Order: sequence, then structure tokens, then C-alpha cells
Amino acid sequence: MQDRSHNRGAADSPKGSWVRRSLRAAIAAPLAGLMLASQATYAGVNTTGLAVTDDTVTVGILHSLTGTMAISETGAQEAEKLAIKQINESGGVLGRQIKIIQEDGASDWPTFAEKSRKLLVNDKVAAVFGCWTSASRKAALPVFEKENGLLYYPTFYEGLEQSKNVIYTGQEATQQILDGLNWVAKEKGAKTFYLIGSDYIWPRTSMKIARKHIENVLGGKVVGEEYKPLGDTQFGSVINKIRLKKPDVIYAAVVGGSNVAWFKQLKAAGITGDKQTLLTISVTEDEVLGIGGENLEGFYSIMKYFQSQDNPNNEAFVKAFKEMWGDDSVIGDVTQAAYLGPWLWKAAVERAGSFDIDKVVAESEKGDIELTTAPEGYVKLHKNHHLWSKARVGKWKKDGQVEVVYESELIEPDPFPAGYQ
Amino acid sequence: MGGYTSSELMAIFAMQGFAGISLFSVLLLMALGLAIIFGQMGVINMAHGEFMAAGAYTTYLLSTVTETYFPGFMPYYFLVAIVAAFFVAAALGYLAEWALIRHLYKRPLDTLLATWGLSLIMQQAYRSIFGAREVSPALPDWLMGSYQPTDMIDIPLNGMFVLALTLLITGGVFYLMFKSSWGLKVRATTQNRVMSGAVGINTKKVDRLTFALGCGIAGVAGAAFTTIASTGPTTGTLYIVDTFMVVVFGGAASLLGTIASAFSIAQAQSILEFFISGSMAKVFTLLTLVVILMFKPEGLFASKVRR
Repeated sequence: MQDRSHNRGAADSPKGSWVRRSLRAAIAAPLAGLMLASQATYAGVNTTGLAVTDDTVTVGILHSLTGTMAISETGAQEAEKLAIKQINESGGVLGRQIKIIQEDGASDWPTFAEKSRKLLVNDKVAAVFGCWTSASRKAALPVFEKENGLLYYPTFYEGLEQSKNVIYTGQEATQQILDGLNWVAKEKGAKTFYLIGSDYIWPRTSMKIARKHIENVLGGKVVGEEYKPLGDTQFGSVINKIRLKKPDVIYAAVVGGSNVAWFKQLKAAGITGDKQTLLTISVTEDEVLGIGGENLEGFYSIMKYFQSQDNPNNEAFVKAFKEMWGDDSVIGDVTQAAYLGPWLWKAAVERAGSFDIDKVVAESEKGDIELTTAPEGYVKLHKNHHLWSKARVGKWKKDGQVEVVYESELIEPDPFPAGYQ
Repeated sequence: MGGYTSSELMAIFAMQGFAGISLFSVLLLMALGLAIIFGQMGVINMAHGEFMAAGAYTTYLLSTVTETYFPGFMPYYFLVAIVAAFFVAAALGYLAEWALIRHLYKRPLDTLLATWGLSLIMQQAYRSIFGAREVSPALPDWLMGSYQPTDMIDIPLNGMFVLALTLLITGGVFYLMFKSSWGLKVRATTQNRVMSGAVGINTKKVDRLTFALGCGIAGVAGAAFTTIASTGPTTGTLYIVDTFMVVVFGGAASLLGTIASAFSIAQAQSILEFFISGSMAKVFTLLTLVVILMFKPEGLFASKVRR
């Protein structure tokens, strides 16, 4: 914080009068001396001029608080704040309390890039926890690479990316898709699949992987593949098409407002969990609030985390989350993944003994940072910047929670899956 | 279509037919309010979607209140909610006209900007009041599920409900516009504002009520759509483009045109969607629309208003 105000002073000094300038110089000299002195105490901890002092370190949170994506991103930033609060209560990182500068990406991708630059260049934050959609990540990525920042990205996504400056705490496509498909083929004897998603990169990439897996590995058949424009709320014709094809499994990746319309209309058309197997990769507890549990009952989601998961870590996490954010808050997959970010960063920083981005990344890339306290269960950071995690299949109940019906082994992240591209 | 029995095909045909009609009723219900405001007053109301959201949120509020305090009233609250949605949205519209629109009647492009600003303000207000997450009111049981005339045919109940409501509202609007003395005043004002004023019609009051009525109908649409989709602060933006498309294609000043336009767009969209993918169906529908508008820029039913 100190050097921030100092910088600002220097920046507008040309506008000031000569007297003011010399006055400022007189004040600045001892200040600089002070700063030099304090620099000495954290020489190795911070050699690149990050916003680190003797007892604080500043990080950024960058999510959409306004606009369409605010619905989804609210949970993520709440979880990050909870993690940071808990870290601070347990003594901080390298003995320093974490301070947060929060910026609003406003559901607008260029804004994400602009705010990233602000956080990295002006605020000199040691890490940024943020972004949600792939589009926002892709927009911010060049900034993080140019300014050598560090981004912890929480969302499950399509893969095909691995940047030195990003740690991906959500699952990439193969981690989410393959085991779920194996499960449904084995458990339900599914042979025919109908794929439906919203029309943008994540559903399309996911469906491409799913189709390859269904056709080449499971020996099944894709009887229909359909993409609806984002925000579309009319599914009558698609539902009729599905009825005509009679697939064993509907495999869905519909997002946003469309998602709600899709499930409400399925229910209204008499396609319900007791008659039709439906597997979705885009419904977490967050979405259920809008969709309504009664419209989802009996359908399946594949995620790596569900709020109802039964383990001591998760119990403590859910309790702390509700204490901080209210009793009626729900926790979805991405919210939990976002919670892991600050903890993974803390672990890497403390092993590196430094906040320097390069050192933190180098530690992270060793591939052996583990979290035994993760609500989803044990996770480990892979050399490729993604997490080892398990896939879980949950069956939706009327109250908007799931019963976990399947849990995989720990799956190795593979952002560039051979044979699936 | 090998491998299907004729009764199966008939069932799909019937359901597909209903899907088209259901889309038609949704489009029409959205467009009616806008057609009144845009057609009769020449105001381009970009905040139309947000007035719909106002109706949807009213429904949500009432459902929450009913669920907490009068659970026994749950099966009936939805009917009350529709009426309440009308009056809340109409009141907001009345207020907006008084505070904003009436100062801009002579500047159509400025109304466009002003109402767009209004829509942003309303969106942020919803976000502050109701939160960013999407909400869904709890629906009464009689609105859920499907009607099954045979084993194979499922007709969604919510679709039938929206259809019935649309017919009712459309009938009501026609009665108001063409049979009531108030409608006469509205049409007179549309045709010649100065003369109408000269013969003693309070044109300002007519404007305000027309605007309120249009917004009120948007509110009813919002309430009805809670049965189909969810409600969020930006829900309105999902509908606004389609709404304008219907009104412009139908011919701005013609209610009959709006109906014809909603019907043809809905049928084209839902039939195409059955045979090709959803995104492509939209592309073809829009392309056809653009071509038709190139040859008939006034829309399907050209307005016969003297400007």
C-alpha cells in the first residue's frame, strides 16, 4: 500500500509547482529510506516489487458482480473470500495477512482484461483469483502472460489450454466427461445418446469429446446433436425430436437462462427422471435455485463436488460458508473449486518461501502440492497446472441437493487429450 | 421416417403443432404491449423487457409470501399474481411516462436512448433488491406436468395456460382498442394528435394510459413466462430482440399485423427447428425476415396512418 501512494505522488508531480515538488522530494527521501530498510527484511520474499509488506500481502479478486454472469460468479467470489478469511485467521501466508482488492468484470470480456491489467500493473497483486467463463479467461490471459501475473481459475472448462500464469482449480473436459459416460454406459446399459448444449465453445468442445468417447470407446451411438442459441427459452421442437429418437441417455450442457427453460419444459412435456435417463454437465446446486428441484428430480449431474458430499472437510466448509454468507446459500461445484485457489496459492508460496510469481509457479509445477483439507476430498496439483480430482455422479432430489451415486478414482488431468480433438 | 408406426408419427405431429402454437402465444404476449406503445405512440421502449421482469418478480414475491404465510392459498395465488403483475408493471409504466417519456415525444431517437438507460437502471435495481441469482416462483400443481389425450401425446399444461392467457389478453386489447370509447381516443390521437386535442381529447392522459397499458401487458407476459423459464435481473434482454422483431415485421401500427407476424415467425422457427439445428433455424428465420422486410419495409400490414 505504501509504495502505491508513493507512485501516485510521483506520477502527478509534473503538474505540481516547483515548491510542492521540492517539498515532496524532502518528504520522499526519508520515506524511500524507510522503504529500503523494510525491503531488507523481505528481500527474498518479494524481489519483483509486488504489493507485499512486512505484515500484509495484497491479492486480487476478479469476478462479475454485475451483468448476466453475476448469477454464477457470486458463489465463487464468496468462497474465495471465505478461504482468505480462514487463512488470515490461521496466521496468514508467510506470516502476512492477506488484503483483497476486488474488481468487477461486469460480465464483459474486455473489462476482465482491463481490470486484470489494473490489478497487476497498478496494484501489484501477488495473485488473482477470478474469471468464470472461458471467454473472460481468454480475454485476461494475454495480460497475465505479458505482466507475469498469477491467476487461479475456478471453473470446469473445455481444456486445450495450459498457461504458465494460470492454475486451473476446476476440472478440464476429460475429467468431467469420460467417467460419467463410462458410468452411465455400465450402470444403465446405455447405447444411444442424444447430445444437446448451448451454442458456444464449452458445450461444443465437451460434446466433441463425448461423441468420440461414445463412438470409439463405448461402442455406442449418437442419435442426435443439437445446439441452441444462448438465452433461447423455447425447447418444444427439440423435445419432440428427442421423443422421436428415443435415446437411452440425454446428455446435456445447456447453460444460463436457457437451462431453466430446458428443464421446466422437459418436465412439462412429461419427460421426467423416472422415465428417461438424463446426464448433465452444466447443473450444480447454484443452477438448481433457478430451475427448481422438482423439475430435476431423478436426473443426474456429473461434477467433482456436491454440497451434500459426506466427509468432515466438507461438513466444516459448508458450515463456515453458511456462517459467513447466510443460511440459505448453496454451494456448487465451481464455488468449491474457487475455495481451493487461495489454499493452493498459500501452499505454493510457503514452499517457495517467496511471493515471486516465478518461484510460486515453479513450486506449483513440481506436481506434488496436495490439499488434504479440500471439501471435495484429497486433491493434488499436477505439473500441467490442473488438479487431480475425482468425478462424481449425483442424482437430484426434490430439495435441490443430490445423492452421490458414483465416485471415480482420482483422475489425472489431461488438458490436451490425444484422440479426442 | 422408417421404423415408426403411423400413430407415433401422428403423435409427434400433434405435439410439434402444439410447440409451434405455444411459441406463437409466447411471442404474441411479449409483442402486444410493445405493439401498443410502439404502434400507437411511436415510442421505442427499450425497457419493455424490464417491465416484463417487473411482472415476473411480482409473481415471485407473491409466491414467496403465499408459501410462507398462506400455504393453503397456493393453488390459486398464480391468478392473483397475474393481476398484480399487471398493476405493478402498469404503475411503473405510468411513472416512467410521467417522469421521462413525456418530455421526449418529439425526439424519437432520444426516447430510444432514455428507455435503454431506464432498462439498465431497472436491471441494476432488480439485482440490488432480489440478488443476482435467478429465481423461480413455486408453481401450483395444476400448472405442472402434461395433459395426455392418448398414451403417446403429452401437451404441456403451462403451454396451454400461456396460450389461453394470450387469447384472453389479445381479446381484451382488441375490445379496448376498437370497441371502447377510450380506444377511440387512442386511435384518434395516433391519427392526428392536434385535431384530437382540438376536439377535446386530453392527449397527454391518453398517452400516459396507453403507455401504462402496454407496460401492464408486459407485466402479465412476465408473470406467464415464470411458468416457462426463470427470472433474473437481465431476463428482459432475452426477450426484447424477438419482441421488436415481431412488432416490426408485423407492421408497426397494426395489431392484426402483430398477430400475423408472431404466428408466421413462430411456425417458421419451430418447424425449421424440427428438421435442422436450433441455431440454424434461427438464422434461416431471420434471413427470411430480412428479405421480406427489404421488399416490404413497412412490415406485413402496412400502417395506414397519416403522419
